[in-house]
Order: sequence, then C-alpha cells, then structure tokens
Amino acid sequence: MGFLDRMSTMVQAKMNRIMDKIEDPRETLDLSYEKQLSLLQNVKRGVAEVTTSKKRLELQKAKLQMNLDRLDGQAKEALMAGREDLARKALENKAALQAQMATLDQQIADLADQQSKLMAAESRLASKVEAFRTKKETIKAQYSAAEAQVKVTESVTGISEEMADVGMAVQKAEEKTENMRARSAALDELLESGTLTDYSGGDDLEREIAQAKAKSSVEDMLAKMKQEMKK
Amino acid sequence: MIIRILGEGQFLLDDGHLEKINAIDNEIVSHVSQGKKAEYAQDLAKLISTIKELSRPLDPSQIIKSDIIIPPSDMSFDEAKKVFSGDGLIKG
Repeated sequence: MGFLDRMSTMVQAKMNRIMDKIEDPRETLDLSYEKQLSLLQNVKRGVAEVTTSKKRLELQKAKLQMNLDRLDGQAKEALMAGREDLARKALENKAALQAQMATLDQQIADLADQQSKLMAAESRLASKVEAFRTKKETIKAQYSAAEAQVKVTESVTGISEEMADVGMAVQKAEEKTENMRARSAALDELLESGTLTDYSGGDDLEREIAQAKAKSSVEDMLAKMKQEMKK
Repeated sequence: MIIRILGEGQFLLDDGHLEKINAIDNEIVSHVSQGKKAEYAQDLAKLISTIKELSRPLDPSQIIKSDIIIPPSDMSFDEAKKVFSGDGLIKG
C-alpha cells in the first residue's frame, strides 16, 4: 500500500467521524451544515489566535532590540573610557541576545506562514459552505427522501473531506501557538524579572562602566589641575 | 482526477500524469521504510511541486470528493512514519 493510499484512509477515518450515521437525508444535510458553520467559527478563532501570538512575539522582538541597542551604547561608552575589557563584555552579551533574536525571527516567520495558510483555508471552506447551503435547499425542495439520498451522500462526502482537511490545519495551528505561548511566556518572564539583564550582566556592567567613566574624568581633571599648577 | 493537497485545497490533474505521481509515491514509501529523512523531505516537496505544476486549482465552491489525498508539505518524518505504522487508523 502506497503512502497516498494510506493518507486517503487516514482522512477517510476522520471524515467518517464527521459524518456519523444518520437516517434521514434531510436531517443529514442540516446537521452537516451546522457542523460546517461551527468549524468555520473554529478556523476564524484559529486565525485570531495565530495573529495574537505573532503580535506578542513582535513586541518581544522590540524589547530585545532595545536591550541590544543599550548594550551597544555601553560598549561604546566603555571604549571611550578606555576600558576595552568592559566593551568586550558588553559585546559578548550582545552576541548572546542576538542568538535569541534569530530564534524569535524564525518563530515570527513560522507564525506568519501558519496565518496565511489558515486564512486561505478559511476562505476555501467559506466558499464550500456557501455552495453547500444552496445545494441543501435545492435538494430539500426538489427531491423525495429516497431520491435525495444519493445527492446528499455526494455533497456531504465532498464537504466532509474539506472539513477533515481544515480541521487538521486548525489543530496544527493550535499546537503551534500553544507551543509558542509557553516559550514566549518564559522569555517574557526573563525580560520582565530582569533575569535576562542579570544574565547578560547588564547592571554590573553599567556600574563598572560608570565607575570607569568617573575614574577617567577624575584622571582628566587631575591632569588639567597639574597643568595649571605648572604655569 | 481530483487531488487534495492537505492544507492547500483541491487540484485538477489529467489522468495521464498519474504515473509520475505514483513513481514519487513509491520513492517516499521506500525512504520512510529505510529511515532516510533527508530524502523523504526532498521527495515530499517534489511530489507537491510536481502536482502543482501539472494541475490547476479546483474552484473552491465545487463540492467533490478527491481521488487522491496528498499529505501537507510540512508533514514531518515522524508523522509520516505514524501514517505507516497505523496508530489504529489504518489496517493492513
């Protein structure tokens, strides 16, 4: 059995779960339509969730960028104060944060991809649901229960396949956002508790640079005084 | 025939191209059974791009069952292995 046959079997199993067993064909139509509308709502919710997660990561990216800029500034100040060792330390921390930044960029791109896929799925499903609604009314109005059976099976099978497909896409998006939520909460905590700045040695570094700057200005002042006293 | 690429919708493909699709399908089966991850990913991507190249998208307002179902492009090697091992969904 090929890979694709197995895929079909897998989707068929999901479709059967969507269709269950229903006796009256007209009832089947209405029930399927209800399920379609609720799936459509689910997809919309999925799109909203992915969008929110993406925005959250973008905010974190902005915060990280601020930290990067700060470290850059510190490195410059340290160099000006003649403390290459401190400048090196600031740049080392900057490099560590840049690695975090690269991960964030990757995650944001991943979510953007999910977002566009889900939005396309939503629009495909919406077209099918609308077509199904029209078909459903036609079948109900024009056919006897016995005649309707064939038409019903046809259209319900067709739309159930779409529903199985979209259902899997929503599930995948949910897993992804769930996963990201956990990771981004951890990063948030780090950023807010200042652990990240501690970890990067930011505060100590700042103090040392301030000391170095003070020291170098004291040296400057001393030198100036000595010069003046010589006159 | 009608092909569904999971996550991407349905496509119309001339029956004459089926052989090409089957050939790549067989490759994928052998990669999964031999644990060749890189080759699996490569041929899955090839399968999907070949279909897209040879077919045209079906009007989404048409409600028709597909003849073939293609896995989503981001199906991981482990997920593909599960499709084979069954997990209660597949017999045989």
